[in-house]
Amino acid sequence: MREITIGQYYPAESVIHRLDPRVKLVGTLVYIISLFLFKSFSCYFVVAAFLFTVILLSKVPLGYILRGLKTIIFLLLFMSMFNLFFTPGDVVYWKGGPFQITDAGIRNAGFMALRLILLIIGSSLMTFTTTPNQLTDGLESLLKPFKKLGLPVHEVAMMMSIALRFIPILMEETNKIMMAQMARGASFDEGNLIQKAKSLVPLLVPLFVSAFRRADDLAMAMEARCYHGGEGRTKMKPLRYQSRDYIAYVVMLLYLATVIFTGKVLYL
Amino acid sequence: MKNPMIQVKNLIYDYLISKNEDEEPERHRAIDDVTLTVETGDFIAILGHNGSGKSTFAKQINVLLKPTSGTLIVGGMDTADEKNLLPIRQTAGMVFQNPDNQIIATIVEEDVGFGPENIGVPTDEIWKRVEKSLSSVGMLHYRKHSPNRLSGGQKQRVAIAGVMAMKPDCIVLDEPTAMLDPAGRKDVIATVRELNEKENVTVILITHYMDEVVFADKVFVMDAGRIALQGTPREVFSQVEKLKEIGLDVPQVTELAHELKEEGLPLPDGILTPEEFREEIEKLWQSSAEMSPTSILKEADLKSRLSIRSI
Ligand SMILES: Nc1ncnc2c1ncn2[C@@H]1O[C@H](COP(=O)(O)OP(=O)(O)OP(=O)(O)O)[C@@H](O)[C@H]1O
Ligand SMILES: [Mg+2]
Repeated sequence: MREITIGQYYPAESVIHRLDPRVKLVGTLVYIISLFLFKSFSCYFVVAAFLFTVILLSKVPLGYILRGLKTIIFLLLFMSMFNLFFTPGDVVYWKGGPFQITDAGIRNAGFMALRLILLIIGSSLMTFTTTPNQLTDGLESLLKPFKKLGLPVHEVAMMMSIALRFIPILMEETNKIMMAQMARGASFDEGNLIQKAKSLVPLLVPLFVSAFRRADDLAMAMEARCYHGGEGRTKMKPLRYQSRDYIAYVVMLLYLATVIFTGKVLYL
Repeated sequence: MKNPMIQVKNLIYDYLISKNEDEEPERHRAIDDVTLTVETGDFIAILGHNGSGKSTFAKQINVLLKPTSGTLIVGGMDTADEKNLLPIRQTAGMVFQNPDNQIIATIVEEDVGFGPENIGVPTDEIWKRVEKSLSSVGMLHYRKHSPNRLSGGQKQRVAIAGVMAMKPDCIVLDEPTAMLDPAGRKDVIATVRELNEKENVTVILITHYMDEVVFADKVFVMDAGRIALQGTPREVFSQVEKLKEIGLDVPQVTELAHELKEEGLPLPDGILTPEEFREEIEKLWQSSAEMSPTSILKEADLKSRLSIRSI
Protein backbone atom coordinates (compact mmCIF):
# COMPACT_ATOMS: atom_id res chain seq x y z
CA MET A 1 0.00 0.00 0.00
CA ARG A 2 1.32 3.43 -0.90
CA GLU A 3 2.49 5.55 1.96
CA ILE A 4 -0.04 8.27 2.65
CA THR A 5 1.50 11.09 4.63
CA ILE A 6 -1.48 13.45 4.59
CA GLY A 7 -3.40 13.17 7.83
CA GLN A 8 -0.92 10.94 9.62
CA TYR A 9 0.45 11.60 13.05
CA TYR A 10 4.13 12.42 13.22
CA PRO A 11 5.38 11.71 16.75
CA ALA A 12 7.78 14.31 18.13
CA GLU A 13 8.36 16.31 21.29
CA SER A 14 7.43 19.88 20.51
CA VAL A 15 5.36 22.78 21.84
CA ILE A 16 2.92 22.33 19.00
CA HIS A 17 2.49 18.64 19.81
CA ARG A 18 1.82 19.48 23.44
CA LEU A 19 -0.79 22.13 22.71
CA ASP A 20 -4.36 21.30 23.61
CA PRO A 21 -6.16 19.81 20.58
CA ARG A 22 -8.89 22.41 20.94
CA VAL A 23 -6.31 25.15 20.44
CA LYS A 24 -5.08 23.45 17.32
CA LEU A 25 -8.57 22.95 15.93
CA VAL A 26 -9.52 26.58 16.54
CA GLY A 27 -6.11 27.67 15.29
CA THR A 28 -6.56 25.77 12.05
CA LEU A 29 -9.96 27.36 11.56
CA VAL A 30 -8.53 30.84 12.18
CA TYR A 31 -5.70 30.09 9.81
CA ILE A 32 -8.05 28.96 7.04
CA ILE A 33 -10.20 32.05 7.50
CA SER A 34 -7.12 34.26 7.33
CA LEU A 35 -6.23 32.64 4.01
CA PHE A 36 -9.52 33.61 2.44
CA LEU A 37 -9.87 37.10 3.88
CA PHE A 38 -7.73 38.92 1.35
CA LYS A 39 -6.23 38.32 -2.00
CA SER A 40 -2.92 40.06 -1.73
CA PHE A 41 0.64 38.84 -1.88
CA SER A 42 1.66 40.75 1.21
CA CYS A 43 -1.07 39.05 3.24
CA TYR A 44 0.13 35.71 1.95
CA PHE A 45 3.59 36.68 3.00
CA VAL A 46 2.36 37.17 6.56
CA VAL A 47 0.50 33.85 6.40
CA ALA A 48 3.51 32.01 5.03
CA ALA A 49 5.81 33.51 7.65
CA PHE A 50 3.41 32.44 10.38
CA LEU A 51 3.09 28.95 8.93
CA PHE A 52 6.83 28.58 8.58
CA THR A 53 7.36 29.57 12.21
CA VAL A 54 4.81 27.00 13.37
CA ILE A 55 6.44 24.31 11.23
CA LEU A 56 9.82 25.09 12.77
CA LEU A 57 8.31 24.91 16.25
CA SER A 58 6.55 21.63 15.48
CA LYS A 59 9.80 19.81 14.61
CA VAL A 60 8.06 18.02 11.75
CA PRO A 61 10.64 17.90 8.93
CA LEU A 62 9.79 20.16 5.99
CA GLY A 63 10.50 17.35 3.53
CA TYR A 64 7.95 15.16 5.28
CA ILE A 65 5.32 17.88 4.99
CA LEU A 66 6.08 18.59 1.34
CA ARG A 67 5.79 14.90 0.52
CA GLY A 68 2.12 15.20 1.46
CA LEU A 69 1.73 17.79 -1.28
CA LYS A 70 2.69 15.30 -3.96
CA THR A 71 -0.75 13.70 -3.85
CA ILE A 72 -2.45 16.95 -4.79
CA ILE A 73 0.03 18.24 -7.32
CA PHE A 74 -2.24 17.38 -10.27
CA LEU A 75 -5.19 19.15 -8.78
CA LEU A 76 -2.94 22.11 -8.15
CA LEU A 77 -1.61 22.20 -11.71
CA PHE A 78 -5.06 21.74 -13.20
CA MET A 79 -6.61 24.56 -11.22
CA SER A 80 -3.73 26.91 -11.91
CA MET A 81 -3.88 26.17 -15.66
CA PHE A 82 -7.60 26.75 -15.64
CA ASN A 83 -7.11 30.15 -14.07
CA LEU A 84 -4.18 30.97 -16.26
CA PHE A 85 -5.92 30.31 -19.57
CA PHE A 86 -9.50 31.39 -18.90
CA THR A 87 -9.33 34.64 -16.89
CA PRO A 88 -10.13 37.75 -18.95
CA GLY A 89 -7.98 40.80 -18.18
CA ASP A 90 -6.81 44.24 -19.32
CA VAL A 91 -3.47 43.25 -20.70
CA VAL A 92 -3.60 40.24 -23.01
CA TYR A 93 -0.22 38.61 -23.52
CA TRP A 94 -1.32 35.76 -25.74
CA LYS A 95 -4.56 34.58 -27.36
CA GLY A 96 -5.42 31.32 -29.14
CA GLY A 97 -9.02 30.15 -29.62
CA PRO A 98 -10.82 30.15 -26.29
CA PHE A 99 -7.50 30.40 -24.44
CA GLN A 100 -5.81 33.58 -23.37
CA ILE A 101 -3.12 34.61 -20.98
CA THR A 102 -3.73 37.90 -19.26
CA ASP A 103 -2.23 39.83 -16.38
CA ALA A 104 -5.25 39.00 -14.20
CA GLY A 105 -4.98 35.33 -15.23
CA ILE A 106 -1.39 35.14 -14.09
CA ARG A 107 -2.29 36.80 -10.82
CA ASN A 108 -5.25 34.50 -10.26
CA ALA A 109 -3.28 31.36 -11.05
CA GLY A 110 -0.57 32.44 -8.66
CA PHE A 111 -3.05 33.19 -5.88
CA MET A 112 -4.88 29.95 -6.42
CA ALA A 113 -1.73 27.84 -6.23
CA LEU A 114 -0.40 29.68 -3.21
CA ARG A 115 -3.68 29.50 -1.37
CA LEU A 116 -4.06 25.78 -1.97
CA ILE A 117 -0.50 25.01 -0.94
CA LEU A 118 -0.82 27.09 2.22
CA LEU A 119 -4.20 25.50 2.97
CA ILE A 120 -2.98 21.92 2.62
CA ILE A 121 0.21 22.44 4.56
CA GLY A 122 -1.55 24.33 7.33
CA SER A 123 -4.30 21.83 7.88
CA SER A 124 -2.08 18.77 7.54
CA LEU A 125 0.19 20.28 10.18
CA MET A 126 -2.68 19.86 12.63
CA THR A 127 -2.99 16.12 11.93
CA PHE A 128 0.79 15.71 11.97
CA THR A 129 0.96 17.05 15.51
CA THR A 130 -2.25 15.66 17.02
CA THR A 131 -3.14 12.01 17.63
CA PRO A 132 -6.51 10.87 16.28
CA ASN A 133 -7.78 10.42 19.81
CA GLN A 134 -6.80 13.91 20.87
CA LEU A 135 -8.44 15.19 17.74
CA THR A 136 -11.76 13.50 18.47
CA ASP A 137 -11.56 14.52 22.13
CA GLY A 138 -10.98 18.10 21.09
CA LEU A 139 -13.82 17.99 18.62
CA GLU A 140 -16.16 16.49 21.18
CA SER A 141 -15.27 19.16 23.69
CA LEU A 142 -15.61 22.03 21.20
CA LEU A 143 -18.97 20.78 19.96
CA LYS A 144 -20.33 20.26 23.46
CA PRO A 145 -22.62 23.33 23.26
CA PHE A 146 -24.46 21.61 20.39
CA LYS A 147 -25.36 18.70 22.66
CA LYS A 148 -28.16 20.81 24.07
CA LEU A 149 -29.58 21.08 20.58
CA GLY A 150 -29.82 17.29 20.49
CA LEU A 151 -26.70 16.67 18.42
CA PRO A 152 -25.16 13.26 19.32
CA VAL A 153 -21.74 14.78 19.96
CA HIS A 154 -20.27 11.94 22.03
CA GLU A 155 -21.49 9.33 19.57
CA VAL A 156 -20.04 11.17 16.58
CA ALA A 157 -16.68 11.52 18.33
CA MET A 158 -16.72 7.81 19.26
CA MET A 159 -17.53 6.89 15.68
CA MET A 160 -14.64 8.99 14.44
CA SER A 161 -12.14 7.40 16.77
CA ILE A 162 -13.32 3.89 15.90
CA ALA A 163 -13.08 4.69 12.22
CA LEU A 164 -9.54 5.94 12.73
CA ARG A 165 -8.65 2.75 14.57
CA PHE A 166 -10.03 0.48 11.85
CA ILE A 167 -8.92 2.27 8.68
CA PRO A 168 -5.44 0.74 8.74
CA ILE A 169 -6.85 -2.70 9.58
CA LEU A 170 -9.31 -2.60 6.71
CA MET A 171 -6.64 -1.32 4.34
CA GLU A 172 -4.41 -4.23 5.23
CA GLU A 173 -7.34 -6.55 4.74
CA THR A 174 -8.10 -5.09 1.31
CA ASN A 175 -4.52 -5.78 0.40
CA LYS A 176 -4.75 -9.37 1.60
CA ILE A 177 -7.98 -10.05 -0.28
CA MET A 178 -6.52 -8.48 -3.40
CA MET A 179 -3.48 -10.74 -3.15
CA ALA A 180 -5.69 -13.76 -2.61
CA GLN A 181 -7.82 -12.91 -5.65
CA MET A 182 -4.77 -12.17 -7.74
CA ALA A 183 -3.33 -15.53 -6.77
CA ARG A 184 -6.48 -17.01 -8.29
CA GLY A 185 -5.95 -15.10 -11.51
CA ALA A 186 -7.97 -11.97 -10.91
CA SER A 187 -6.59 -8.69 -12.14
CA PHE A 188 -7.58 -5.27 -10.97
CA ASP A 189 -6.01 -2.98 -13.51
CA GLU A 190 -6.95 -4.45 -16.85
CA GLY A 191 -9.75 -3.70 -19.27
CA ASN A 192 -12.13 -0.81 -19.58
CA LEU A 193 -13.94 0.95 -16.81
CA ILE A 194 -16.83 -1.52 -16.60
CA GLN A 195 -14.49 -4.49 -16.51
CA LYS A 196 -12.48 -2.79 -13.81
CA ALA A 197 -15.60 -2.09 -11.79
CA LYS A 198 -16.67 -5.71 -12.21
CA SER A 199 -13.32 -6.97 -11.00
CA LEU A 200 -13.88 -5.00 -7.79
CA VAL A 201 -16.94 -7.05 -6.85
CA PRO A 202 -14.99 -10.08 -5.59
CA LEU A 203 -12.88 -7.63 -3.64
CA LEU A 204 -15.65 -5.59 -2.09
CA VAL A 205 -17.98 -8.41 -1.11
CA PRO A 206 -15.58 -10.20 1.23
CA LEU A 207 -14.39 -6.84 2.50
CA PHE A 208 -17.90 -5.77 3.46
CA VAL A 209 -18.67 -9.14 5.00
CA SER A 210 -15.57 -8.92 7.12
CA ALA A 211 -16.22 -5.29 8.06
CA PHE A 212 -19.71 -6.12 9.26
CA ARG A 213 -18.45 -9.08 11.27
CA ARG A 214 -15.82 -6.86 12.83
CA ALA A 215 -18.44 -4.25 13.65
CA ASP A 216 -20.55 -6.90 15.33
CA ASP A 217 -17.62 -8.24 17.34
CA LEU A 218 -16.52 -4.76 18.34
CA ALA A 219 -19.98 -3.76 19.49
CA MET A 220 -20.07 -6.85 21.69
CA ALA A 221 -16.59 -6.21 23.08
CA MET A 222 -17.53 -2.62 23.90
CA GLU A 223 -20.70 -3.68 25.64
CA ALA A 224 -18.85 -6.35 27.58
CA ARG A 225 -16.59 -3.58 28.86
CA CYS A 226 -19.57 -1.68 30.23
CA TYR A 227 -19.85 0.84 27.41
CA HIS A 228 -23.28 2.48 27.59
CA GLY A 229 -22.93 5.79 25.80
CA GLY A 230 -21.45 9.01 27.07
CA GLU A 231 -23.49 9.21 30.24
CA GLY A 232 -21.60 8.92 33.52
CA ARG A 233 -18.39 8.37 31.62
CA THR A 234 -15.10 9.70 32.98
CA LYS A 235 -12.00 10.43 30.95
CA MET A 236 -8.56 9.00 31.29
CA LYS A 237 -7.09 12.00 29.52
CA PRO A 238 -9.41 14.92 30.18
CA LEU A 239 -8.60 18.09 28.27
CA ARG A 240 -7.23 20.80 30.54
CA TYR A 241 -5.95 24.12 29.29
CA GLN A 242 -2.39 24.97 30.34
CA SER A 243 -0.87 28.43 30.30
CA ARG A 244 0.78 27.70 26.95
CA ASP A 245 -2.67 27.14 25.49
CA TYR A 246 -3.84 30.60 26.54
CA ILE A 247 -0.67 32.08 25.11
CA ALA A 248 -1.39 30.26 21.88
CA TYR A 249 -4.86 31.79 21.71
CA VAL A 250 -3.33 35.26 22.17
CA VAL A 251 -0.76 34.57 19.45
CA MET A 252 -3.61 33.47 17.22
CA LEU A 253 -5.46 36.76 17.77
CA LEU A 254 -2.31 38.77 17.14
CA TYR A 255 -1.76 36.85 13.95
CA LEU A 256 -5.27 37.49 12.72
CA ALA A 257 -4.92 41.17 13.58
CA THR A 258 -1.68 41.38 11.63
CA VAL A 259 -3.26 39.81 8.56
CA ILE A 260 -6.23 42.16 8.72
CA PHE A 261 -3.96 45.14 9.33
CA THR A 262 -1.82 44.22 6.33
CA GLY A 263 -4.77 43.70 4.05
CA LYS A 264 -7.12 46.40 5.24
CA VAL A 265 -5.02 49.28 6.50
CA LEU A 266 -1.85 49.01 4.50
CA TYR A 267 -3.71 47.93 1.32
CA LEU A 268 -0.61 46.06 0.31
CA MET B 1 -16.80 -20.84 52.96
CA LYS B 2 -16.76 -18.35 50.11
CA ASN B 3 -19.79 -17.81 47.93
CA PRO B 4 -19.59 -19.47 44.55
CA MET B 5 -18.58 -17.16 41.70
CA ILE B 6 -21.15 -18.48 39.29
CA GLN B 7 -24.25 -20.55 39.91
CA VAL B 8 -26.17 -21.90 36.97
CA LYS B 9 -29.46 -23.69 37.39
CA ASN B 10 -31.41 -25.38 34.62
CA LEU B 11 -30.19 -22.83 32.12
CA ILE B 12 -31.82 -23.00 28.71
CA TYR B 13 -31.12 -20.67 25.84
CA ASP B 14 -32.87 -20.60 22.47
CA TYR B 15 -31.74 -18.51 19.54
CA LEU B 16 -34.72 -17.20 17.64
CA ILE B 17 -34.26 -17.41 13.91
CA SER B 18 -36.91 -15.55 11.93
CA LYS B 19 -36.88 -16.14 8.20
CA ASN B 20 -39.94 -14.05 7.43
CA GLU B 21 -41.41 -11.08 9.20
CA ASP B 22 -44.81 -12.62 9.77
CA GLU B 23 -43.78 -16.23 10.34
CA GLU B 24 -43.34 -17.55 13.86
CA PRO B 25 -39.57 -17.48 14.49
CA GLU B 26 -37.81 -20.81 14.57
CA ARG B 27 -36.20 -21.81 17.86
CA HIS B 28 -32.70 -23.18 17.97
CA ARG B 29 -31.67 -24.56 21.33
CA ALA B 30 -28.04 -23.67 22.00
CA ILE B 31 -27.97 -24.36 25.75
CA ASP B 32 -30.02 -27.25 26.97
CA ASP B 33 -30.62 -27.51 30.70
CA VAL B 34 -27.21 -26.72 32.13
CA THR B 35 -26.65 -26.77 35.88
CA LEU B 36 -23.23 -26.07 37.30
CA THR B 37 -21.30 -24.14 39.93
CA VAL B 38 -18.00 -22.33 39.60
CA GLU B 39 -16.18 -21.74 42.87
CA THR B 40 -14.43 -18.43 43.52
CA GLY B 41 -10.74 -18.53 42.63
CA ASP B 42 -10.97 -21.62 40.46
CA PHE B 43 -9.43 -22.08 37.04
CA ILE B 44 -12.21 -23.57 34.94
CA ALA B 45 -11.86 -24.92 31.42
CA ILE B 46 -14.73 -25.48 29.04
CA LEU B 47 -14.25 -27.83 26.12
CA GLY B 48 -16.56 -28.86 23.33
CA HIS B 49 -16.54 -29.09 19.58
CA ASN B 50 -17.84 -26.40 17.21
CA GLY B 51 -21.41 -25.39 17.85
CA SER B 52 -21.67 -27.11 21.22
CA GLY B 53 -22.77 -23.87 22.88
CA LYS B 54 -19.59 -22.68 24.59
CA SER B 55 -19.68 -19.12 23.30
CA THR B 56 -23.39 -18.88 23.95
CA PHE B 57 -22.73 -19.91 27.54
CA ALA B 58 -19.91 -17.38 27.90
CA LYS B 59 -22.15 -14.59 26.62
CA GLN B 60 -24.72 -15.49 29.26
CA ILE B 61 -22.17 -14.89 32.01
CA ASN B 62 -21.47 -11.42 30.64
CA VAL B 63 -25.17 -10.69 30.07
CA LEU B 64 -24.62 -10.25 26.35
CA LEU B 65 -27.45 -12.79 26.23
CA LYS B 66 -30.12 -13.54 28.81
CA PRO B 67 -31.48 -16.98 29.73
CA THR B 68 -34.60 -18.19 27.96
CA SER B 69 -35.34 -20.03 31.17
CA GLY B 70 -33.46 -21.05 34.28
CA THR B 71 -31.24 -18.83 36.37
CA LEU B 72 -27.68 -17.62 36.23
CA ILE B 73 -26.18 -15.92 39.29
CA VAL B 74 -22.84 -14.14 38.87
CA GLY B 75 -21.16 -12.94 42.07
CA GLY B 76 -24.47 -13.13 43.86
CA MET B 77 -26.31 -11.11 41.16
CA ASP B 78 -29.04 -12.49 38.95
CA THR B 79 -28.35 -11.79 35.26
CA ALA B 80 -32.07 -11.55 34.52
CA ASP B 81 -32.32 -8.35 36.58
CA GLU B 82 -31.80 -5.25 34.41
CA LYS B 83 -30.20 -3.19 37.18
CA ASN B 84 -27.43 -5.77 37.66
CA LEU B 85 -26.22 -5.33 34.08
CA LEU B 86 -23.23 -3.02 34.63
CA PRO B 87 -22.19 -4.50 38.01
CA ILE B 88 -22.14 -7.99 36.50
CA ARG B 89 -20.16 -6.89 33.45
CA GLN B 90 -17.69 -5.25 35.78
CA THR B 91 -17.48 -8.39 37.96
CA ALA B 92 -17.11 -10.84 35.10
CA GLY B 93 -14.97 -9.47 32.28
CA MET B 94 -14.75 -11.08 28.89
CA VAL B 95 -11.94 -11.63 26.40
CA PHE B 96 -12.86 -12.64 22.86
CA GLN B 97 -11.24 -14.69 20.15
CA ASN B 98 -10.23 -12.06 17.61
CA PRO B 99 -7.63 -9.71 19.11
CA ASP B 100 -8.24 -7.02 16.48
CA ASN B 101 -11.96 -6.76 17.01
CA GLN B 102 -11.89 -5.99 20.70
CA ILE B 103 -9.33 -3.23 20.90
CA ILE B 104 -11.07 0.11 20.69
CA ALA B 105 -8.41 2.77 21.07
CA THR B 106 -5.41 3.66 18.93
CA ILE B 107 -2.97 3.63 21.85
CA VAL B 108 -2.50 0.66 24.19
CA GLU B 109 -2.93 2.57 27.46
CA GLU B 110 -6.04 4.34 26.21
CA ASP B 111 -7.58 1.00 25.35
CA VAL B 112 -6.91 -0.36 28.81
CA GLY B 113 -8.49 2.79 30.22
CA PHE B 114 -11.67 2.32 28.18
CA GLY B 115 -13.44 0.03 30.66
CA PRO B 116 -12.71 2.15 33.75
CA GLU B 117 -13.84 5.24 31.80
CA ASN B 118 -17.15 3.55 31.11
CA ILE B 119 -17.85 2.77 34.74
CA GLY B 120 -16.99 6.30 35.82
CA VAL B 121 -13.69 5.73 37.62
CA PRO B 122 -11.97 9.07 38.49
CA THR B 123 -9.08 10.08 36.23
CA ASP B 124 -6.23 9.56 38.74
CA GLU B 125 -7.55 6.13 39.63
CA ILE B 126 -7.80 5.19 35.94
CA TRP B 127 -4.10 5.91 35.47
CA LYS B 128 -3.21 3.77 38.48
CA ARG B 129 -5.33 0.90 37.27
CA VAL B 130 -3.99 1.11 33.73
CA GLU B 131 -0.43 0.95 34.98
CA LYS B 132 -1.13 -1.90 37.35
CA SER B 133 -3.04 -4.06 34.90
CA LEU B 134 -0.58 -3.46 32.08
CA SER B 135 2.27 -4.55 34.30
CA SER B 136 0.32 -7.57 35.53
CA VAL B 137 0.18 -8.86 31.93
CA GLY B 138 3.76 -7.78 31.24
CA MET B 139 2.85 -5.12 28.68
CA LEU B 140 3.69 -1.94 30.58
CA HIS B 141 6.57 -1.29 28.25
CA TYR B 142 4.17 -1.04 25.30
CA ARG B 143 1.76 1.44 26.88
CA LYS B 144 2.37 4.18 24.30
CA HIS B 145 2.35 1.83 21.32
CA SER B 146 -0.28 1.48 18.65
CA PRO B 147 -2.14 -1.84 18.96
CA ASN B 148 -1.73 -2.36 15.22
CA ARG B 149 1.99 -2.92 15.65
CA LEU B 150 1.64 -5.64 18.31
CA SER B 151 1.67 -9.39 17.79
CA GLY B 152 -1.52 -11.37 18.28
CA GLY B 153 -0.42 -12.65 21.67
CA GLN B 154 0.48 -9.14 22.81
CA LYS B 155 -2.88 -7.82 21.64
CA GLN B 156 -4.66 -10.49 23.66
CA ARG B 157 -2.63 -9.57 26.72
CA VAL B 158 -3.67 -5.95 26.21
CA ALA B 159 -7.28 -7.12 25.98
CA ILE B 160 -6.81 -9.03 29.25
CA ALA B 161 -5.32 -5.91 30.84
CA GLY B 162 -8.36 -3.98 29.63
CA VAL B 163 -10.57 -6.38 31.54
CA MET B 164 -8.31 -6.42 34.60
CA ALA B 165 -8.47 -2.62 34.81
CA MET B 166 -12.13 -2.98 35.76
CA LYS B 167 -11.08 -5.03 38.79
CA PRO B 168 -13.17 -8.06 37.97
CA ASP B 169 -13.55 -11.11 40.19
CA CYS B 170 -13.81 -13.36 37.19
CA ILE B 171 -12.53 -13.41 33.61
CA VAL B 172 -14.22 -15.36 30.85
CA LEU B 173 -11.96 -16.05 27.88
CA ASP B 174 -13.64 -17.35 24.73
CA GLU B 175 -10.96 -19.13 22.71
CA PRO B 176 -8.41 -16.38 23.34
CA THR B 177 -5.63 -18.35 21.68
CA ALA B 178 -7.45 -19.65 18.62
CA MET B 179 -5.86 -17.10 16.29
CA LEU B 180 -2.39 -17.10 17.82
CA ASP B 181 0.89 -18.79 17.01
CA PRO B 182 2.35 -21.25 19.58
CA ALA B 183 4.52 -18.60 21.26
CA GLY B 184 1.58 -16.23 21.58
CA ARG B 185 -0.59 -19.02 22.94
CA LYS B 186 1.93 -19.87 25.59
CA ASP B 187 2.28 -16.23 26.66
CA VAL B 188 -1.45 -15.72 26.96
CA ILE B 189 -2.03 -18.91 28.93
CA ALA B 190 0.88 -18.14 31.25
CA THR B 191 -0.57 -14.66 31.84
CA VAL B 192 -3.99 -16.05 32.63
CA ARG B 193 -2.58 -18.64 35.02
CA GLU B 194 -0.57 -16.00 36.80
CA LEU B 195 -3.62 -13.78 37.26
CA ASN B 196 -5.48 -16.77 38.63
CA GLU B 197 -2.73 -17.67 41.07
CA LYS B 198 -1.47 -14.26 42.14
CA GLU B 199 -4.57 -12.10 41.99
CA ASN B 200 -6.99 -14.88 42.75
CA VAL B 201 -9.15 -14.08 39.73
CA THR B 202 -11.61 -16.81 38.83
CA VAL B 203 -10.83 -17.90 35.26
CA ILE B 204 -13.19 -19.53 32.80
CA LEU B 205 -11.20 -20.56 29.77
CA ILE B 206 -12.96 -21.80 26.67
CA THR B 207 -10.59 -23.54 24.32
CA HIS B 208 -10.04 -26.14 21.65
CA TYR B 209 -6.53 -26.90 22.77
CA MET B 210 -6.35 -29.80 25.17
CA ASP B 211 -2.90 -28.95 26.46
CA GLU B 212 -4.24 -25.65 27.77
CA VAL B 213 -6.65 -27.29 30.17
CA VAL B 214 -4.39 -29.71 32.04
CA PHE B 215 -3.75 -27.05 34.71
CA ALA B 216 -7.43 -26.37 35.28
CA ASP B 217 -9.05 -27.06 38.63
CA LYS B 218 -12.11 -28.30 36.84
CA VAL B 219 -13.08 -29.12 33.27
CA PHE B 220 -16.54 -29.01 31.75
CA VAL B 221 -17.12 -30.69 28.42
CA MET B 222 -20.09 -29.42 26.45
CA ASP B 223 -21.89 -31.35 23.78
CA ALA B 224 -25.01 -30.18 21.95
CA GLY B 225 -25.76 -27.58 24.60
CA ARG B 226 -25.38 -29.94 27.54
CA ILE B 227 -22.62 -30.65 30.01
CA ALA B 228 -21.46 -34.08 28.88
CA LEU B 229 -18.56 -34.54 31.26
CA GLN B 230 -17.15 -32.69 34.23
CA GLY B 231 -14.42 -33.15 36.81
CA THR B 232 -10.72 -32.62 37.26
CA PRO B 233 -8.67 -32.84 34.07
CA ARG B 234 -7.48 -36.27 35.16
CA GLU B 235 -11.00 -37.51 35.68
CA VAL B 236 -12.20 -36.11 32.39
CA PHE B 237 -9.28 -37.28 30.31
CA SER B 238 -9.45 -40.77 31.75
CA GLN B 239 -12.58 -41.20 29.69
CA VAL B 240 -10.84 -41.28 26.36
CA GLU B 241 -13.55 -43.33 24.66
CA LYS B 242 -16.34 -41.06 25.78
CA LEU B 243 -14.43 -37.97 24.68
CA LYS B 244 -13.85 -39.50 21.28
CA GLU B 245 -17.52 -40.26 21.01
CA ILE B 246 -18.25 -36.56 21.53
CA GLY B 247 -15.71 -35.79 18.85
CA LEU B 248 -12.97 -34.40 21.02
CA ASP B 249 -9.30 -35.22 21.21
CA VAL B 250 -7.42 -35.73 24.39
CA PRO B 251 -3.93 -34.29 24.96
CA GLN B 252 -1.44 -36.14 22.81
CA VAL B 253 0.42 -37.73 25.73
CA THR B 254 -2.84 -38.83 27.28
CA GLU B 255 -3.87 -40.52 24.08
CA LEU B 256 -0.49 -42.19 23.77
CA ALA B 257 -0.65 -43.48 27.33
CA HIS B 258 -4.17 -44.67 26.74
CA GLU B 259 -3.18 -46.61 23.62
CA LEU B 260 -0.25 -48.18 25.44
CA LYS B 261 -2.53 -49.23 28.22
CA GLU B 262 -4.83 -50.83 25.70
CA GLU B 263 -1.78 -52.72 24.41
CA GLY B 264 -1.20 -54.04 27.89
CA LEU B 265 1.30 -51.70 29.51
CA PRO B 266 0.31 -51.14 33.17
CA LEU B 267 -0.05 -47.34 33.01
CA PRO B 268 -2.53 -45.30 35.07
CA ASP B 269 -5.47 -43.47 33.48
CA GLY B 270 -5.48 -39.76 32.71
CA ILE B 271 -1.81 -38.96 32.28
CA LEU B 272 -1.76 -35.28 31.37
CA THR B 273 1.75 -33.99 30.79
CA PRO B 274 4.86 -35.35 29.07
CA GLU B 275 6.75 -35.05 32.36
CA GLU B 276 4.22 -37.21 34.12
CA PHE B 277 4.36 -39.71 31.30
CA ARG B 278 8.12 -39.89 31.42
CA GLU B 279 7.99 -40.51 35.16
CA GLU B 280 5.53 -43.34 34.76
CA ILE B 281 7.58 -44.92 32.00
CA GLU B 282 10.72 -44.68 34.10
CA LYS B 283 8.88 -46.30 36.98
CA LEU B 284 7.90 -49.12 34.65
CA TRP B 285 11.45 -49.43 33.40
CA GLN B 286 12.82 -49.85 36.93
CA SER B 287 10.13 -52.21 38.14
CA SER B 288 10.41 -54.66 35.27
CA ALA B 289 14.00 -55.91 35.25
CA GLU B 290 13.63 -57.87 32.06
CA MET B 291 11.49 -56.06 29.50
CA SER B 292 10.35 -57.64 26.33
CA PRO B 293 12.24 -56.40 23.30
CA THR B 294 9.08 -55.07 21.66
CA SER B 295 8.14 -52.87 24.56
CA ILE B 296 11.69 -51.51 24.77
CA LEU B 297 11.53 -50.78 21.10
CA LYS B 298 8.21 -49.09 21.50
CA GLU B 299 9.53 -47.04 24.33
CA ALA B 300 12.53 -45.89 22.40
CA ASP B 301 10.18 -44.81 19.69
CA LEU B 302 8.03 -43.05 22.25
CA LYS B 303 10.97 -41.27 23.77
CA SER B 304 12.04 -39.89 20.44
CA ARG B 305 8.49 -38.81 19.70
CA LEU B 306 8.20 -37.25 23.09
CA SER B 307 11.38 -35.30 22.82
CA ILE B 308 9.97 -33.69 19.70
CA ARG B 309 6.80 -32.80 21.49
CA SER B 310 8.14 -32.04 24.91
CA ILE B 311 7.35 -28.49 25.92
N1 LIG C 1 -26.54 -15.57 16.56
C1 LIG C 1 -26.99 -16.82 16.41
N2 LIG C 1 -28.20 -17.05 15.87
C2 LIG C 1 -28.66 -18.30 15.73
N3 LIG C 1 -27.98 -19.41 16.10
C3 LIG C 1 -26.77 -19.25 16.65
C4 LIG C 1 -26.20 -17.95 16.82
N4 LIG C 1 -24.99 -18.09 17.40
C5 LIG C 1 -24.80 -19.41 17.56
N5 LIG C 1 -25.86 -20.12 17.12
C6 LIG C 1 -26.00 -21.57 17.17
O1 LIG C 1 -25.98 -21.97 18.51
C7 LIG C 1 -25.18 -23.14 18.67
C8 LIG C 1 -24.09 -22.89 19.66
O2 LIG C 1 -23.19 -21.96 19.13
P1 LIG C 1 -21.93 -21.41 19.89
O3 LIG C 1 -21.38 -20.28 19.11
O4 LIG C 1 -22.29 -21.15 21.30
O5 LIG C 1 -20.95 -22.65 19.82
P2 LIG C 1 -19.44 -22.78 20.25
O6 LIG C 1 -19.35 -23.97 21.12
O7 LIG C 1 -18.94 -21.51 20.77
O8 LIG C 1 -18.73 -23.12 18.89
P3 LIG C 1 -17.27 -22.72 18.36
O9 LIG C 1 -16.34 -23.72 18.88
O10 LIG C 1 -17.41 -22.82 16.89
O11 LIG C 1 -16.99 -21.32 18.79
C9 LIG C 1 -24.70 -23.52 17.30
O12 LIG C 1 -25.53 -24.53 16.79
C10 LIG C 1 -24.85 -22.26 16.49
O13 LIG C 1 -25.16 -22.57 15.16
MG1 LIG D 1 -17.41 -20.09 20.14
